[in-house]
Amino acid sequence: MAAPSAALDAVLLHHPVWRGGVLAQAAPQAVPTGFAGLDRELPGGGWPTGALTEILCADEGIGELQLVLPALAALSRAGSRVAWLAPPHLPYAPALAAAGVRLEFLTVVRAPGRRDALWAAEQVLRAGACRALLAWLPRTSYAELRRLAVAAEAGAAFTALFRPPQAARESSPAPLRLGLEPDGERLAVRILKRRGALLAAPLRIPIQRPVHAVGGALLSTPRTRSPAARPCPV
Amino acid sequence: MALCFPRLALEALLRGRAPSEGPDDLWAVIENRSVLVCNAAATAAGVRPGSALAAAWALAPRLRTLPRNAPAEAAALEAIAAWACQFTSRVSLEPPQAVLLEVEGSLRLFGGMGRLMARLHSGLAGIGFEALLAAGPTARAALWLARGEGETLEALPVCAIAPPPEALALLQRIGISTLGELMRLPRAAAAPRLGQQLLDDLDRALGRIPEPRAFFAPPERFRAQLELPAPVAQAESLLFAGRRLLLQLEGFLAARQAGVRGFALNLLHRDSAPTAIEIGFAVPRRDAEHGLRLLRERLGALALASPAEALQLEAGGLAPLAGTTSGLFHDAHSETEEWERLLERLQARLGGTRVHGLTLHADHRPERAWRAADGGEVLAAPLGPRPLWLLEPPRRLSESDFVLLAGPERIEAGWWDGEDVVRDYFIARTRAGSLSWIYRAPEGWFLHGLFA
Repeated sequence: MAAPSAALDAVLLHHPVWRGGVLAQAAPQAVPTGFAGLDRELPGGGWPTGALTEILCADEGIGELQLVLPALAALSRAGSRVAWLAPPHLPYAPALAAAGVRLEFLTVVRAPGRRDALWAAEQVLRAGACRALLAWLPRTSYAELRRLAVAAEAGAAFTALFRPPQAARESSPAPLRLGLEPDGERLAVRILKRRGALLAAPLRIPIQRPVHAVGGALLSTPRTRSPAARPCPV
Repeated sequence: MALCFPRLALEALLRGRAPSEGPDDLWAVIENRSVLVCNAAATAAGVRPGSALAAAWALAPRLRTLPRNAPAEAAALEAIAAWACQFTSRVSLEPPQAVLLEVEGSLRLFGGMGRLMARLHSGLAGIGFEALLAAGPTARAALWLARGEGETLEALPVCAIAPPPEALALLQRIGISTLGELMRLPRAAAAPRLGQQLLDDLDRALGRIPEPRAFFAPPERFRAQLELPAPVAQAESLLFAGRRLLLQLEGFLAARQAGVRGFALNLLHRDSAPTAIEIGFAVPRRDAEHGLRLLRERLGALALASPAEALQLEAGGLAPLAGTTSGLFHDAHSETEEWERLLERLQARLGGTRVHGLTLHADHRPERAWRAADGGEVLAAPLGPRPLWLLEPPRRLSESDFVLLAGPERIEAGWWDGEDVVRDYFIARTRAGSLSWIYRAPEGWFLHGLFA
């Protein structure tokens, strides 16, 4: 039986034959999101590594960074590097430090143009020296995303692409796509695409909101609607 | 061991040019209206060294000619010697066309004569020279073997040792054609006829008389210039010449067991000031391929006003490079190393200020409570809640755009440096549902952050 087995091994080695048994090992390690409800619904139990994750966000300031912040904090505390590519605003160091992110492992890369941003994203992914990449790439074609997806497979980084909600209508090579909407003090996360069955109802993720943190002792809630009634500092 | 460069006169002028296939790639160096040396394509067309220029043009009408440039040849030979210092500290120049290396002590390090020769061949090809290599028990024997392309001294033709013309004529008349036959001549009778010099040279080659040589001392700073045979405007062609220079730098640094913190490449133009490209490294480096990647990004972003005629590479400030023994760097796989290389690549293309770390800074003014730097003092978290996005600069708001949720947090600071800030900060919800960090100053309401 040695000869046929060797021939079989050769076939399996040199041809893209899918074997069910190796799937468990080949599945890339996931980064826990820090939200148990979200982890349960994501294949692998967390943010996928070595693949693109698209986060389509209805508006800025609804808590979109809070969604990835626990994972970033955990990665940076473990000494892994995190890159922010072409962020729309300045990632604010005091708030990040307060959320438990170790700032010495963060790097901000600002790209003057769209092409530079795509180039930098590919460089970061291909270098494989960085465990998480957050990239803001508003207008990206399918071919460009495909290129990034191939680059992401080369490394083992959690790669989050923040894109506008209109991108949901376009097809994408990313295996995981999430749509975010504000939902009171929570964040409604709709899983638009994942490996496996779709999830109809949005998840309501309890994120940290500043009004909770205020408590009332530190800051008083203004009673009046009109800001004109407030004393003006001079 | 001897490295002999039969085409040095041509390569010294032409090595900055990417080789191209095709019928137009015929080149020759001309001296006194006859061909001194020509490239392989010209040889294939029938052009021979020594033939008259008119005859050469008759054979190959597309032959392109360059006048001989003796200073460039001397500089090329010194560049080769400086590069070869990575293999042994005992390098000696043998003008006009050879470099001698004492490699006996280095053979074990480089894995034997065969491997050393292979490395020399490929390394020299990288910096643009084609060499004839030969090893021998003495420097002169190696040199003769390299020139004559022979296996043993006895079998070499007598013309390979370049005897004086009258001695050569005499040898031909009496039917002596190889060195072996020459050695067997009775010395007492040969000396007055052939000259004592020739016999002494023979004794030096055989090791009977010692031959002291002056060793080459490589310069302190690296500085190399490469002439481009035709002016070049495309980045890709410049990169080819740049690669030659960077490989030369790599050899120079390997000899010193050092790295550099950066290098400067000057593009020289005919009638305008040189274009300077400076590339810096985070840590001392030697790797030519890495330098080339950074150079590619910089050249890609560069719009040349006029074509470049020559390239000049300068590097000073050598720093010892730990933990490596040769110029081959492809074993650097650690994550930190990769990360530093990545940062250098990003900075080379995007600019140094666009790639930065974040750190806290002790200041109550929100826009100054951070710094774009790596490391630094880490303070306690600020008093109030802070947004993850900070807008730079703050955006003016009208009063109908938001609903206040919490506040105020008063920040009054900066009177001591003239950039004073008097603000009341609130958390507000905008119409779209975003939570924002806004402030009220005497000038009005401003959006300063987003609780993303």
